[in-house]
Amino acid sequence: MSARRIPGWQDRTGRVDRPLWITVDGERVEGIAGQSLAGVLLAAGRSSWRRTESGAPRGVFCGIGACFDCLITVDGERDVRACRRPAFDGAVVHTQERG
Amino acid sequence: MTTVVIVGAGPAGLAAADSALRAGVEVTLLDASPQPGGQFHRMLPTAYAATHPERVQHGWRAFDRLRRRVLDHPRCTWWPETTVWAIEPGPRVHVVRGLVDGVGRARYVLAPDALILATGAHDRVLPFPGWQLPGVFTAGAAQALAKGERVAVGDRVVVAGSGPFLLPVTAALLEAGSRVLGVFEANVASTVLRGWGSRPWEVAGKAGELLGYATRLARHRVPYRMGRTVIAARGADRVEEVVLARLRADWSVVPGSERTLAVDAVCVGHGFSPQVELAVAAGCELTGAGFVVVGEGQRTSVPGVYAAGEITGIAGAPSAAAEGRVAGWHAAGGAALGEVALRRALRAKAFARRLARAHPIGAGWPSWLQPDTIVCRCEETTFAALSAAAVDPSMMDDRALRLATRAGLGPCQGRMCGPTIAELTQSRPTHRRPIAQPIRLGELAEQPHSFPKES
Repeated sequence: MSARRIPGWQDRTGRVDRPLWITVDGERVEGIAGQSLAGVLLAAGRSSWRRTESGAPRGVFCGIGACFDCLITVDGERDVRACRRPAFDGAVVHTQERG
Repeated sequence: MTTVVIVGAGPAGLAAADSALRAGVEVTLLDASPQPGGQFHRMLPTAYAATHPERVQHGWRAFDRLRRRVLDHPRCTWWPETTVWAIEPGPRVHVVRGLVDGVGRARYVLAPDALILATGAHDRVLPFPGWQLPGVFTAGAAQALAKGERVAVGDRVVVAGSGPFLLPVTAALLEAGSRVLGVFEANVASTVLRGWGSRPWEVAGKAGELLGYATRLARHRVPYRMGRTVIAARGADRVEEVVLARLRADWSVVPGSERTLAVDAVCVGHGFSPQVELAVAAGCELTGAGFVVVGEGQRTSVPGVYAAGEITGIAGAPSAAAEGRVAGWHAAGGAALGEVALRRALRAKAFARRLARAHPIGAGWPSWLQPDTIVCRCEETTFAALSAAAVDPSMMDDRALRLATRAGLGPCQGRMCGPTIAELTQSRPTHRRPIAQPIRLGELAEQPHSFPKES
């Protein structure tokens, strides 16, 4: 198992989920409005979305924009920190490799 | 009218804004996030429309009152999603506003009478074999995802490192529905007790909070172990198991004490690194330990620049707020402060000292490293490569060593590995970054707006 989002009906904060869809390397992934791209990807069961020079997988590490591990390409913009970029409906996301 | 720019809207920055506004000045409050609160009061996204945020946020009501008072104040300009990327003498503050790492953000240059830096800290994580595997998170990341996005990082989680911060992180994980297999404090019990033990009244305010966490851990049957830590993470494409070991007081491994545990997430934090890049850009003097030197009224060594919160010493949110109040008041040109505010700031310093004594980083931690352990995550510099370079006479100066091994030169600019590399190579950490935050070339070329607009 891996990361998951607390289901809306179980969440004590009484949040309201408005679904959104992004595509990741062409595959449709569901998230909810307000999440970061990293949150959407983690909750969708993905733990990595970047490969380093040596080919090693990377995903979220620091979660607050300091480590630059979670870089991703969003609508053609490279090197966006997924943990700090809000997801929006229709975002076209590509995993990336360094080099 | 006097203008004060405050960078960071966490506990220190918000308190600074509140107190500067009371003193009657014009305040511009900047933060990289869409919402105020910083890491401590990380808010749920507005789009969640949560009806009960107080159920997951520590001290919600007081924070909510403070943030409304500050953000709704007629003399306060609130700039969320704002990145400060350079500071010139003056101080002149260069910012871009818009989506993080986006293209075409708007450039501004602010020239306030006083600048308060309240940029906070991020987790410090010591390297260990496998720490680069997906599924290994900083303790702060796990908390931010649970509290801020309602995402649990895993089902079978281990929390390890050092310091009282591991407790609220564990509480956040449990609340989010993770099973926490154990909390492992690297320091042995005698170090922790000796550190906190003397004159406990100085930390009396914290006792209730700690008891609350202890109760929650007990209710979920989460073991809390001291003198133990995660010395390795293993897995193919993500973490699948960790190696736990017993440690001596200096954090060297007790031979034969290793055991493995199957996990799907690990949350690690060995303390905090202050985010001092803007203070360095402004020319502020740092202490040997890398914190911003502050004098009376939270003044830094640079006239007109003040610092408050974790960048002056790791002491937690109440201390950060106490410092913020002092900084805001003085930056606004307020008269000498009352005794209560000063006493609070002093108590904050005492707490910081005690925290550092109770949860030091033991000198024996490099014994966890293997030759192929990655030290610099960005450039994948190994411990072997770094060790070889450190004894190479042609690399006597730090710069040559960094250029040869690439350690600390990746996108994070040494934020993660800087102190570690300095320690392993017995050199001085470098904080010098002419551009403190990434900015795209197109944005750099753009003509900046000045703010407030000249009339």
